Amino acid sequence: MPSTEPMQIDSDLGRPRLAPHVRLTFDPARERHVLLTPEAVTVLNATGAAILGLCDGQRAVTEIVAELHGRYDRVDDAEVRRFLAGLAARGCVEAGHG
Amino acid sequence: MDRPFGLLAELTYACPLHCPYCANPLDLDGYRDELTTAEWLRVLAEARELGVLQLHLSGGEPLQRRDLVQITRTASELGLYTNLITSALGLSARRAEQLRGAGLDHVQISIQAAEPALSDRIAGTPSFGRKITAARLVKELGWPLTLNVVLHRQNIDQLARILDLAEDLGADRIELANTQYYGWAWRNRDWLLPSRAQLDRAEGVVRAAHARLQGRMEIIYVVPDYYSRYPKPCMGGWGRRQLTVVPNGDTLPCPTAHDLPLPRASVREHRLAWIWEHSPLFQSFRGTDWMPEPCRSCDRRDLDFGGCRCQAFLLTGDAARTDPVCHLSPDHAIVAEAVEAANQGCRDGRDGSDSTVVRYRDRRR
Repeated sequence: MPSTEPMQIDSDLGRPRLAPHVRLTFDPARERHVLLTPEAVTVLNATGAAILGLCDGQRAVTEIVAELHGRYDRVDDAEVRRFLAGLAARGCVEAGHG
Repeated sequence: MDRPFGLLAELTYACPLHCPYCANPLDLDGYRDELTTAEWLRVLAEARELGVLQLHLSGGEPLQRRDLVQITRTASELGLYTNLITSALGLSARRAEQLRGAGLDHVQISIQAAEPALSDRIAGTPSFGRKITAARLVKELGWPLTLNVVLHRQNIDQLARILDLAEDLGADRIELANTQYYGWAWRNRDWLLPSRAQLDRAEGVVRAAHARLQGRMEIIYVVPDYYSRYPKPCMGGWGRRQLTVVPNGDTLPCPTAHDLPLPRASVREHRLAWIWEHSPLFQSFRGTDWMPEPCRSCDRRDLDFGGCRCQAFLLTGDAARTDPVCHLSPDHAIVAEAVEAANQGCRDGRDGSDSTVVRYRDRRR
C-alpha cells in the first residue's frame, strides 16, 4: 500500500527524538555534524544535521518539515520522511509522544 | 589523508578470564609496563584532535585499571562516544554507577556460551553467573547492552540458546563473531575451527532470529573468514578508519598487528597525529600501491583492501602477500588444508576434537 506509506511513517514516529544511546554532535576536526552510535559514526550534511536538530520529541514530523520550509528555499518533504524512516529502521531515531 | 573515527584503547592485558580464543599477543609479559593515567589522558586529547569520535575501552579486562572512571570521564568531556568492552568481572553496582556518572555511553559484555558449565570451561574460571548479574545491572542503569559472543567449534551449537538468553536479558544488540585466528586463537585453531555442518546450522539459526527479533534486537553475525571466498575488509582499510593503542603505548593500525616485522611507534615518543600520518607501520599498507598480484589488478581491491595483513604474515611469513583466505591467493591451500582438517570425522556434525590439547590464555600452572 504505497500510497499510505507517509502516513504510516508519521504515526510510527510520532514526535521523533534521538534514541537514548545516540548522540548528535559537531566534529570540529571534520567541520561536520556527526551522529554517534555504539558501533558507527554517521557524518551528516547540513540538511541532515538540521533535521535531527529538530527531533526533540516535541515536534511532529509535519512540524519539522514546516520549520525546514521556513529555513530553506527547497525542502523535499518525502526525502525528509525517508531520511527519518531510515534512521528509525537503524534504531537511531524513535517515536516520542510529546 | 583520512582521519580516524575510532580509537581502540587496550588499557591492560591483565584479565581474570583465560579464553583460548583470545586475540591478545602470546607474549603478555612484554606489555606490563602500562601507560600511566596522565599518559592515557594525553592520548585521548590527541585522539580527539586527530578526529577520533569513538573510544572503545578494552584490554584484557579494562576494569582491572583503577583509573577507568577517570579515563572515561575525560573521554566523555572531550566529546568522545565511550564504549566499554568487558568480561563484566569487576563490574560491581558501585563501579557501574561511577562509570554511569562519568558519562560512559555503552557497555558490551562477553559471554562464552548459553549456560554456566560450558561458559566457565571456556573462560577458564567461574564467571557465567557474575556476567548475567552484571548484564541485568547494565539494563537497570539504563545503558544500551550489547552481548559479545565469540563463536567456535565448542559453543556454536548452542547458538539458539545464546540468542534466547540475549532476549531474556533484554540485550539491544548481540555480536556473534566467529573466531579470528590470531594470538591465542591461532595457537588453539584446531580446537576452535568449526565444521561446515556446524556453520550451516548456525546460519539457519541466525536467519530465523533476524526475522523473529527484528526491531527489538540487532544481530550482527560475523562470518568465519576461513570459509569465505574473499577476505574480510580488515579494519575498513589499513590506517584509514581506526587505530589501536596497546597497554605499553605502542600504536597499531589493528589490534592484532603486534608481531608484524615493522618498527612500532609509541605514544611515549611521538604524538598520535605523527604516528597516524607518518609512522612506517601505518604507511606500509595504506591505499593500494603496496599490493602484489592478484590484488593489484583485482576489481575488489577497494572493497577488501587485500584482506588482513596480520593473517598474511601469520600464514605465509610475508605481511605484503594477498590474504590466503582469498580463493584467488596463490597461498590459499594453507587455509583449505586447515578447513579440510576441521571437517574430517565430523560429517555427522559432532565435535571430533576431543584429542586436541587446548592452551588457555595466560593461566599459570
